[in-house]
Amino acid sequence: MSDIAISVKNLSKRYRIGQRQRHNALRDKITDAMYTSLRRLSRFVNGQPAAYKEDNIIWALKDVSLQVKRGEAVGITGPNGAGKSTLLKILTRITEPTEGYADIYGRVGSLLEIGTGFHSELTGRENIYLNGAILGMKKTEIDRKFDEIVAFSEIERFLDTPVKRYSSGMYMRLAFSVAAHLEPEILLVDEVLSVGDASFQKKCFAKMEEIRHEGRTILFVSHNLGAITRLCQRTILFEEGQISADGPSHQVISSYLTPETGTTAEKIWTDPEKAPQGEIARLRAVRLRSVEGHLIDTIDIRQPLRVEMEYEVLKPDHIIMPHFAFYNEEGVLAFSAHDLDPAWRRRPRPVGLYVSTAWIPGNLLADGTFSVGAGIDTIDPIIFQFYEYDVVAFHVIDSLEGDSARGDFTGDMGGVLRPMLKWSTQYNGDESYTKQCSKS
Amino acid sequence: MFKLELPENKDIPELSLPKTLPHFNIRPSHGWVSLKLKDIWEYRELLYFLVWRDIKVRYKQTVLGVAWAILQPILTMVVFSIFFGRLAKVPSDGIPYPLFAYCALIPWQLFANALTASGNSLVSNQQLLTKVYFPRLIIPTSAVLAGLVDFGVSLLVLIGMMFYFGIVPTAAVLTLPLLILLTIASALAVGLWLSALNVQYRDVQYTIPFLMQFWLFLTPIAYPSSLVPEKWRILYGLNPMAGVVEGFRWALLGKTNGIGSLIFVSALVVAILLFGGLVYFRRMENTFADVV
Repeated sequence: MSDIAISVKNLSKRYRIGQRQRHNALRDKITDAMYTSLRRLSRFVNGQPAAYKEDNIIWALKDVSLQVKRGEAVGITGPNGAGKSTLLKILTRITEPTEGYADIYGRVGSLLEIGTGFHSELTGRENIYLNGAILGMKKTEIDRKFDEIVAFSEIERFLDTPVKRYSSGMYMRLAFSVAAHLEPEILLVDEVLSVGDASFQKKCFAKMEEIRHEGRTILFVSHNLGAITRLCQRTILFEEGQISADGPSHQVISSYLTPETGTTAEKIWTDPEKAPQGEIARLRAVRLRSVEGHLIDTIDIRQPLRVEMEYEVLKPDHIIMPHFAFYNEEGVLAFSAHDLDPAWRRRPRPVGLYVSTAWIPGNLLADGTFSVGAGIDTIDPIIFQFYEYDVVAFHVIDSLEGDSARGDFTGDMGGVLRPMLKWSTQYNGDESYTKQCSKS
Repeated sequence: MFKLELPENKDIPELSLPKTLPHFNIRPSHGWVSLKLKDIWEYRELLYFLVWRDIKVRYKQTVLGVAWAILQPILTMVVFSIFFGRLAKVPSDGIPYPLFAYCALIPWQLFANALTASGNSLVSNQQLLTKVYFPRLIIPTSAVLAGLVDFGVSLLVLIGMMFYFGIVPTAAVLTLPLLILLTIASALAVGLWLSALNVQYRDVQYTIPFLMQFWLFLTPIAYPSSLVPEKWRILYGLNPMAGVVEGFRWALLGKTNGIGSLIFVSALVVAILLFGGLVYFRRMENTFADVV
């Protein structure tokens, strides 16, 4: 038997998008609406799909070929609209390709959207069966795994309560545990880790690692580059419906870590009315930059990161203290930092525009996503000006190359910080502890 | 420098994987496609669970619960008895008018509810269509089958009424299962067309209530089909529910005549509609997830 799990050849998928037109007058609108409905009617009567102009067509996937071996865990990433989800939809047979074909060897299970088909009026117990059947499990299979599913979801007490009474966390846990107990040879996962609370995400992740260790094939679509590097040895990068890179995860991802990838690296308030502000200071913008000064929202764990705050001082003669706070994805405050620049410390400032920059050294934060809060207070007297949560965010990637604090360990390290510590190990001879004890 | 090799990959446990893996070939479908009715059989458990879901949730959070299943035909029967039976003096083939009307109303309710449910089924289950693969045919089919519970309940009321009016069914009652099957098949036949059309043209969901109103009067429910002149009888039978309703009266009340030609025309029409519906549904199926 061949060791190929998924083989995709020249796969393309075309979508038609609605035509956008400018309407200048109501009369135009009416005639246009009439014309459109007449055209639709005639198209319907003739039983023909419309002939769309070329610019109303988008190729969600264009000529994609790839092979995945059995037991391989492959990450798929890329900007929104790059065709990642379309690929999964074709592989799960939800939608058909326009051209090309794919061969799949093994039962496919998907976590495209967990909780699909849950009915809010039904109880947890009933939904386990319904959802299981929808995901392709046989009733006997669900019977067999029922206790396991319930235990994993931690909702024993609410098993006979309609799920509409569940908290969203309970709902997610139940949905994921049903999906996680599918036993397909090939598992397709789309961004499930982005939902639910932190402990739930951790559980999802552990389950996926377990599935991988069982030798099943995983295709993991995510924007969470940290999660991809940890779970998958190989990553495929999609851009504009095509594969733009395919190789070992750390290589593909570091090539993807080009500046200006996302919008979370910068936040600007153009309207002064809406900007966070107090009587004395007003926020203008917050930016994350690499050493080279590029806007960046994903940073290698070994690299330093610049965090800058642009603000206006509206009233003279106050001592201004800008500060940042950094939270991990569980909402834990990693640390906060106050502006210590001696140039303006303890000095009243004139009115004007300022930029304060803080440097986060490399090898300080653990891998994961951090969100930044920015605020300004005055000192002497302390007057709160503003504090804004989640202004910008960035991902820290620990790229497994062996020279970060994780060393050669490839698993989940946990924690909020990951400093490089100085380690020393001393050799104290070859005599065992027991020998020493018996001697003395 | 970088180590790709992970220790756990060395021993991929072959034992956890079945020896023969199912193989799926995914490619664009062209031209005529097979009906793939075998798929439905493979997914019969899903069909069962969807029917079960529809039945379970139907009367959740209602005060009257399953009483709704009998209230609708009973109230309609009362209205018909007053206006058509008493005031307009519509003939009822020698059967007490309330029984005459009710006996026709229960297959009609089954048909009307099943047709409405299946016509809207794909749109109301679009969350499933866009997230999971399964033979799409299961959705309108389950919507039709879920109506059988209501039907069963209202049939019990009919038995009670027959007892009250002292009517004993003849051996013809044995054909009842076939007639129920024909009702279901009629609802599914039309439901397949409407559900597939509804995916692209939401006009359908506004058409269905009107359609059912007209259809109600084209069917011999408030009046006997013997009112229709003989020469129009075959044409009248093109409405499959005409044959079904008269069949019900014949099977249960045993007093009508002229069932023969009607029922066979009806059965033929249903067979043609159902086959056409299946073909149309299968042809449109692969665009559902993109269009809905």
